[in-house]
Amino acid sequence: MQRISIDPVTRLEGHGKIDIFLDDEGNFANSYFQIPELRGFERFCVGRQVEEVPILTNRICGVCPEAHHMAGAKAVDAVYHVDPPRTAKMLRELLYMAFYCTDHTTHFYALAGPDYVMGPTAPVAERNILGVIHKVGLEIGGKVIQMRKYGHEVIEMIGGRKVHPCTSIPGGLTKGITEEQRQEIEKMGHWAVEFAQFSLQLLNEIVLGNKEYVDLILGDIYTHRTHYIGMVDENNKVNFYDGKVSVVDPEGTRLGKYAPNEYTDWIAERVEPWTYLKFPYLKKVGWKGFVDGKESGVYMATPLSRLNAADGMATPLAQAEYERFYSTLGGKPVHQRLAINWARLVELLYAAERWVELATDPEITSDNFRTIPTEKPTEGVGIVEAPRGTLTHHYTTDERGITTKVNLIVGTTNNYASLQMSTKKAAQNLIKKGTEVTEGILNMVEMAFRAYDPCFGCATHSLPGQMPLEVTIHDANGDPIQVLKQYC
Amino acid sequence: MSANGKPKFAMYWAASCGGCEIAVLNIHEKILDVDANFEVVFWPVAMDAKYKDVEAMEDGSILLTLFNGAIRNDENEHIAKLLRRKSKLLVAFGSCANEGCMPALANLTSVKEILDTYYTTVSTDNPDNIRPQPYFKVPEGELHIPTLFPVVRTLDQVVPVDYYMPGCPPESHQIAAVIDLVIQVVEGKAQLPPSGSVIGAGGSTVCDECKRKRDVKKIKKFERIQNVILDPDICILEQGVLCSGPATRSGCTALCPSAGSPCIGCYGPAEGALDYGARLMSAVASVVDSNDPEEIEKIFEGIPDPAGQFYRFNLAGSLLRASKYGWNG
Repeated sequence: MQRISIDPVTRLEGHGKIDIFLDDEGNFANSYFQIPELRGFERFCVGRQVEEVPILTNRICGVCPEAHHMAGAKAVDAVYHVDPPRTAKMLRELLYMAFYCTDHTTHFYALAGPDYVMGPTAPVAERNILGVIHKVGLEIGGKVIQMRKYGHEVIEMIGGRKVHPCTSIPGGLTKGITEEQRQEIEKMGHWAVEFAQFSLQLLNEIVLGNKEYVDLILGDIYTHRTHYIGMVDENNKVNFYDGKVSVVDPEGTRLGKYAPNEYTDWIAERVEPWTYLKFPYLKKVGWKGFVDGKESGVYMATPLSRLNAADGMATPLAQAEYERFYSTLGGKPVHQRLAINWARLVELLYAAERWVELATDPEITSDNFRTIPTEKPTEGVGIVEAPRGTLTHHYTTDERGITTKVNLIVGTTNNYASLQMSTKKAAQNLIKKGTEVTEGILNMVEMAFRAYDPCFGCATHSLPGQMPLEVTIHDANGDPIQVLKQYC
Repeated sequence: MSANGKPKFAMYWAASCGGCEIAVLNIHEKILDVDANFEVVFWPVAMDAKYKDVEAMEDGSILLTLFNGAIRNDENEHIAKLLRRKSKLLVAFGSCANEGCMPALANLTSVKEILDTYYTTVSTDNPDNIRPQPYFKVPEGELHIPTLFPVVRTLDQVVPVDYYMPGCPPESHQIAAVIDLVIQVVEGKAQLPPSGSVIGAGGSTVCDECKRKRDVKKIKKFERIQNVILDPDICILEQGVLCSGPATRSGCTALCPSAGSPCIGCYGPAEGALDYGARLMSAVASVVDSNDPEEIEKIFEGIPDPAGQFYRFNLAGSLLRASKYGWNG
């Protein structure tokens, strides 16, 4: 048995590592995607004042603390059985839309973009954000920086800080916004809509206009027919902040929708002894192992999943893009994982449009952004859509509002089984007896998980975003026979 | 100095959340100054070097390393020692590296309890009561994952540190100022501060930066923030909501109190504070309006989680460091 270890040194919530085993003939035998770290928030958030947990859990991820802050805020509202005023909900959602624009932009330009703009097997030195900027021009780099800046400005205005927001508390927010701030936010929102449209146009020209890429996207190697989940509003349109979680099967049939407090009826998590991270699956379908299909409880929660699980987008420009997305890719649901990148830009446009909608609502500057809880705290679940998947926070407290139990199902975790399958399928297809495992092949394996924008790739979520990988091929005795590096 | 004459720069994350990296990126265009003045030789988030390349470097050849993240497992410790050897100036960057940050609240419990909790939550389907194993045999061979240390440690509990840059995360304007300073030092236009200094922060407390008015008012009751409407112009602590400002180092411009939220202490102990929690407790005790032990006890029932409130960021860096549950594994 030969072993290929893909050991990335970048990390988020730990380091990711892939071990690929080949039989003595050199054919693919199996692969394992391991997450080798655990910080234990579920334990040390117990015993705390529950209103602090949305601040503590920010520190799960400094790239998407806004998602944890929002899921936590909704969970503490539920713990205190308090419904925040409309203005508070709108302000939280507005902050969240600005965050989505920042986050999706970073992924598209710095992570996924280089594979398409430069090409999947382009030289390593060029296949990064700097290569992209050199190719498409400094002006676009400037726009990407501007989008990140605007997003963080809004996050700070409403959330109090650019990283790790602090203003959401049970019943609403600690502060509102002024009319002056609102005008500024609205102006930035209009700019964000234009930026999102520009990004979709860029995708059209560079990716969809290139037959080679279209074939790659539509090919079987990056395709899995799984279930999909994503939050929807009362009209079954995609929503990031509030609603019910829609579950569809691989044929696109909706199996149901669950409210936050029903999540344990739908989702269960499996433990494997070779990795710290758990594998969530659809409880009603059941765990059948790492396999595709209608009978397997494996699901995905990503931008593509949200589009598949919904009936459309709630804003006009994004809806038009949604329709174009499915008509181009042959109808719903779309199973090709690389299409997640396109779905992400449809969502970017929705987030920007929603940003403007919220910023122009007459009640957004109202002083009515708090409701003081009157009931005893008990238990509550909050769900939002994190950019990387459905995020569930579940807190239980004693009567003083001290946490006795905390359960978290984090965005990327939803996709762990799916990621394990995607990397396995890519390796299986690309590495066969007699194959010379080139750097280009490694990148093609990497593309299998990069489309998910996984959170251990929150690491790679910033600048050039190429995971440094080293692949060592061992012979049956464990002696290294070939070492390959990329970005190393 | 490298071949191109530029000093070398590195940044690394150990047990952390990635927020320090985002804070560095949030200096926006200024990041180009880093690129113009330094050769970035190791920065997993932003460029493509690996451990082996660092190992191959000469000892002391990196001028400046910003190290964020706490020491939670053996890999964190290994890289901390490696980067110490290779770096002239090693900066503990951000709360995790300085004092453990919130993940060090895990030091109040044991690794066993952390694992037991995570693998038995309400949504976990684990009938065989499985715990992941550092070494596990699968049909094709053996798989390995690191082992967690019993307690979270700060960077300077593992290797000597030259400078301390606090914050969760450090504020971007402070990062920009430190980068400017180092560039001036390289150009011979400025001197480095004495070794062991805190950089990128102020020398006083968050209260000194806070615009809220203090009246030296005493309180009879502690309130939870969700139960009160705070006056935006008056000291939060004097309105009965626990605020960490009096014990916390200045440098953030009192961001949280300005947003109607109490200081949570992310900039760490104020200058001269031997133990953060002790300093904060004494500041809080001084606003309590009672001399009657029974009444005082009742007032302090308003702070039901003192460990979490007084050592929210600082447990690993405190005199306590961990509870007996932590030390006993």
